[in-house]
Formats: sequence, C-alpha cells, structure tokens
Amino acid sequence: MSSTGSAATALTDSSGPPPGDRSWLYRNRIKLAPWLFLLPGLIFFFIYVIAPIFQSIWISFYAWDGLGEKEWVGMANYVELMDDDRFYTSLINNVWWLVLYMLAVPAGLAIALFLNQTVTGIRLYKSLFFFPFVISQVVVGLIFSWFYNPDFGIVGIIWGFFGAQPPAILADEDLVTFGIIAAGLWPQIAYCMILYLTGLNNVSPDQVEAGRLDNAKGWKMLWYVILPQLKPATFIAVVVTVIGALRSFDLIAIMTAGGPYGSSNVLAYYMFETALSEYGFRMGYGSAIATVLFLIMLVYISFFLWRMYQDERG
Amino acid sequence: MFPKPIENSSAGVRTGYQLILPVALFIWLLPLLAIFLTSIRPAADINAGNIFGIPSDFLMVENYLAVFQQSKAGMYLWNSVRITIPTVILTVGLSCLTGYALSVYRFKWAIPLFFIFVAGNFVPFQILMVPVRDLSVNTGLYDTVTGLVLFHAAFQLGFCTLFMRNFIKALPYELIESARIDGVGEFKIFWHLVLPLVKPAIAALSVLIFTFIWNDFFWATVLIQGDHALPITAGVRALNGQFVSQWHLVSAASLLAAVPPVVMFFAMQKHFIAGLTLGATKG
Repeated sequence: MSSTGSAATALTDSSGPPPGDRSWLYRNRIKLAPWLFLLPGLIFFFIYVIAPIFQSIWISFYAWDGLGEKEWVGMANYVELMDDDRFYTSLINNVWWLVLYMLAVPAGLAIALFLNQTVTGIRLYKSLFFFPFVISQVVVGLIFSWFYNPDFGIVGIIWGFFGAQPPAILADEDLVTFGIIAAGLWPQIAYCMILYLTGLNNVSPDQVEAGRLDNAKGWKMLWYVILPQLKPATFIAVVVTVIGALRSFDLIAIMTAGGPYGSSNVLAYYMFETALSEYGFRMGYGSAIATVLFLIMLVYISFFLWRMYQDERG
Repeated sequence: MFPKPIENSSAGVRTGYQLILPVALFIWLLPLLAIFLTSIRPAADINAGNIFGIPSDFLMVENYLAVFQQSKAGMYLWNSVRITIPTVILTVGLSCLTGYALSVYRFKWAIPLFFIFVAGNFVPFQILMVPVRDLSVNTGLYDTVTGLVLFHAAFQLGFCTLFMRNFIKALPYELIESARIDGVGEFKIFWHLVLPLVKPAIAALSVLIFTFIWNDFFWATVLIQGDHALPITAGVRALNGQFVSQWHLVSAASLLAAVPPVVMFFAMQKHFIAGLTLGATKG
C-alpha cells in the first residue's frame, strides 16, 4: 500500500518545473494514479475471481479427477448432463427455491409495515426481528432439522396436538425441499424487512399527506403512494433474494446433504457433491454443472448491471 | 408516515398493538428460544420428552463448559477469529484504494472495471470452486488459514469496491478539485482528505464483512480439511456428528457460534444496517 502511495506522490509532487513540463506531468499523473490505486486489488480479484470463472468453463470440457492428467472430452460432460436425472431434480428444485424464496419480499414488507410505528421500545423490536439474518445458516439449519424431527420436534408436537401422525419432513422426498426453503425464508424475510424499514423511513410525508387528502387509504395508499417510493428497496430485496436462492448450499449441506436419494439437491450442492465428495472427484463434470448455474446467474447479473448502467447515465 | 401512526388511533388499538408486538416477536424468535432452552437443560429432560417446557434443572454453565471440554469448540472459535479479522482488514483496506480510483478519476476503464467488480461479487461460488481449490493446493495454501483469508479477501473485494466507490462518489468532488489546484499530491489527497471522510463506510463494511466471513461455511468446507484451521461454522457440523443425539450440547455449540456476529450487530447496528441497505435508500 505504501509503495503505491509513495509512487503516486513522487509522480505528483512536482513544484517548480517549467510550465510546459508541468502540464505534461499533470496530464499523466491523472492518467497513472488510478492504475496505481487499482493495481493491488485488481490483481487479487483477477487471480481469485475473474480467472477462475474462465478456468472452470475450460475445465468443463475435460474429464479430470483433480490430480492426474486432464483428458479433453469436448461437450461430453454437457451431453451427459442432459441425461442425468439428478441434474434435472436439482434444476427443478432450483426453480422452487427461486419461486418460493420470493415470498420473502412481500413477507418482509408486511413485517416492516407492522413495525413501522413509534411506540416505546420499537427500536429493540426491530433489531430483534432482524436477528435471524445475523445467525449463520449452519445454525439455522441445525435449529430447523431439530424442529422437523417427528419424534420430538415442534412439528411432531403440533401434529400430535391434532392427533395426527407427524410427517418426517426431511426424510420425505416430496416435502424435503419445501422444508428446507421454509428454513431459508426465516433469515431472508428478516433481510427484506430491514431493507423495507429503511425505505419506509425515507417515504415522503408530504406525499402521504397528499394521498390522505385525496382519500387514499389502506391498500390503495400502499399500492399507489407507498410502493412506488419503495422501488429502490424492492429492487435490492429482489436482487439479494434471487442471489440467496441460487446460492442455497449451507442449509442443504446441514439438513439433508441433498437426500433422501438426491431429492433435495440443488445445482450448487450437486456440483459440490460431484466434484468433491465420496462420490468421486469428477472435477470436469462438476465444472459443467457450475457453468450451467453460472449462466442462470448471469441473466440476473446482466439485469443488475443494466439497471446500474441506466443509473450511471441518468 | 405509513401506515397511519398508531398514536392517532383509539386507546383500544394502541393497547392492542402493544400487546401483539411481544407475541409476534415471541413466535418469530421461537426457534431461537427453543434452542436456548435446550442448551441449558440436562440431557435427561430431552430423553424424557421435555423439549419445550421449563427445564427441570438449569445447567447453563455445565453444558457450555462441557462443549469446550469435550470438543475442539475453543479451537474452532479461535480459528474463526484468525480467519475473520485479517480478511476484514485486508479487503476493506484494498477496497478503499479501488473505490477511490474508480470514483475520483474519469478514465475510459472506470465504468467497465467497476462493473467487473460488481459482477464478480454476484457469481455463484461453485464456478470458482475447482480452480481456487486447485490454485490453493498448488501454492501450498490449501488447508491453511492464510489460504482461506486470501480467497475471502479477494472475493469480498467485489462487494466492498461497489460500496466504497458509491460512497466516495457521493462526496463533494469540489473538495478534491480544489486540493489538486493547491498542488496536493494524489496520494496525499487520498490519505489526508478522503480517508477521514470515508470512516463511516469503513465501519459499515467492517461489521458486514465480519458477519459474512464469520458465517461462511462453503469455503471453509472446500479449502480446509484439518481441525487446526477449521472455523466454528464447519466445526459445529463436525460437533453435530460427534455429539449424536446430545442435543443440549449441539445447541450450546450452535449458540456459541452465533454470539460474535450477534454482538457485532448490536454494538454497531447503525453501521451494519447502513451497509446492508446500500442503494435501497437512494431516491
């Protein structure tokens, strides 16, 4: 850091040279300085983030166990994917995650509206409602797997109260994904809630007053006056929720490890399982799965960047 | 203000609201309460089916002590500290530089480079997994705290640069302009003028990155194998295997893992939320 600094200062501390010289230096210090500031971070980011993306795509055309020689197989990994039932299960589960995770946005808004009052102690209430987001997903996963235990979990107790036989949610192929998503929604709702609480703080009181004068109430007020002003909060909430849904890994690893029989797998976990677990080290095949996941994410990344580009210009 | 301020409502509504608040909170945090109660009960309670009732005996000290004595939880916690703190320092430090470069200078590459940082921040971890693991193995950084710190710091740079750049961009540009006219060097402008002004951003990023890294599980699983460098998140999973059906100990260990980010959040709440809601407040 300091070497960059002194270099930049050396370039710019030029008092006294002839006017022509000075203007040359002036032009060039402005050109050079940003690169000197950028260099350490850029190199770092390139090695660990940018280059690996392309390396992964490259590896996806090989068969490789991670140690020996790589063997070029062309599209074979992708062809195999198209016939892989576990891949389709993961893909469908990813869609469920994306769709159901979106519930966090309206739910977060609902809680934010509920808490947007100024009674005593409300600040503490807001912080405590936000609590689940601060906790590691590993802990959330453990808590919920314990909740779902039919013998002594809370699910067992509720079902028992109605005299019914409790389902073993995490052992049921049809229910397991929804059980995990429900666990994931808990912290995600908290996240969306805090985004909306901040957004509500900045809602213009004048417009709300004007709306009241026009007799707008309840839902109408929310839809026509409040929500348009909450657009930036909604945008961020949707972005982080999509990213969160596609990144879902921790909860699955903790709660089911993709089971039973791969029924709760998602692409993120299936990739890990193929490339780095007891099922063998199929790095090439794993990279092909990762590439598919990356392409899905790329849709959202492009959308986000496009929005940012509009903002930058506007 | 929306919804209608409750103090303008009838006394009945006001009391109703005051009553509903704690009930709603209780339901919302029920999972945490349950795990806390479990962490202070004797094992016999769980076997007898007393899971959600009042513990028959309060063994807070005993249970938490047992976690430290019977497992490597202490070591895992220390590893988490050794991973988290250097990552925060490294990534926040570097992002001050990158954020400054991308906000203050108008050059052709400023926007494209900025977008690369932002895009990199969103990529799925799995697309990086194989090459990063391979790189770590080849450079001898696999299964070391250093290797994990370097990766985390590089990856978080995407988010931190986004944050810093936007923060510095919002500072009055005339300040820098006039310093330049006075002949102050570029690095001196950064160090003496801009850095003191971005202190709130540094605070916000620090708490946020602390929480992200402390709670990381995926990269700890990919880049770490041995107990000597395993952080508490991955450690809790190991403990879960070790303390099979000793739920009181698993609960205690889980809560221990959650304490540092929770403390961090409550201590620096304002900064934490400022970091998290980045962009959400922009009109």
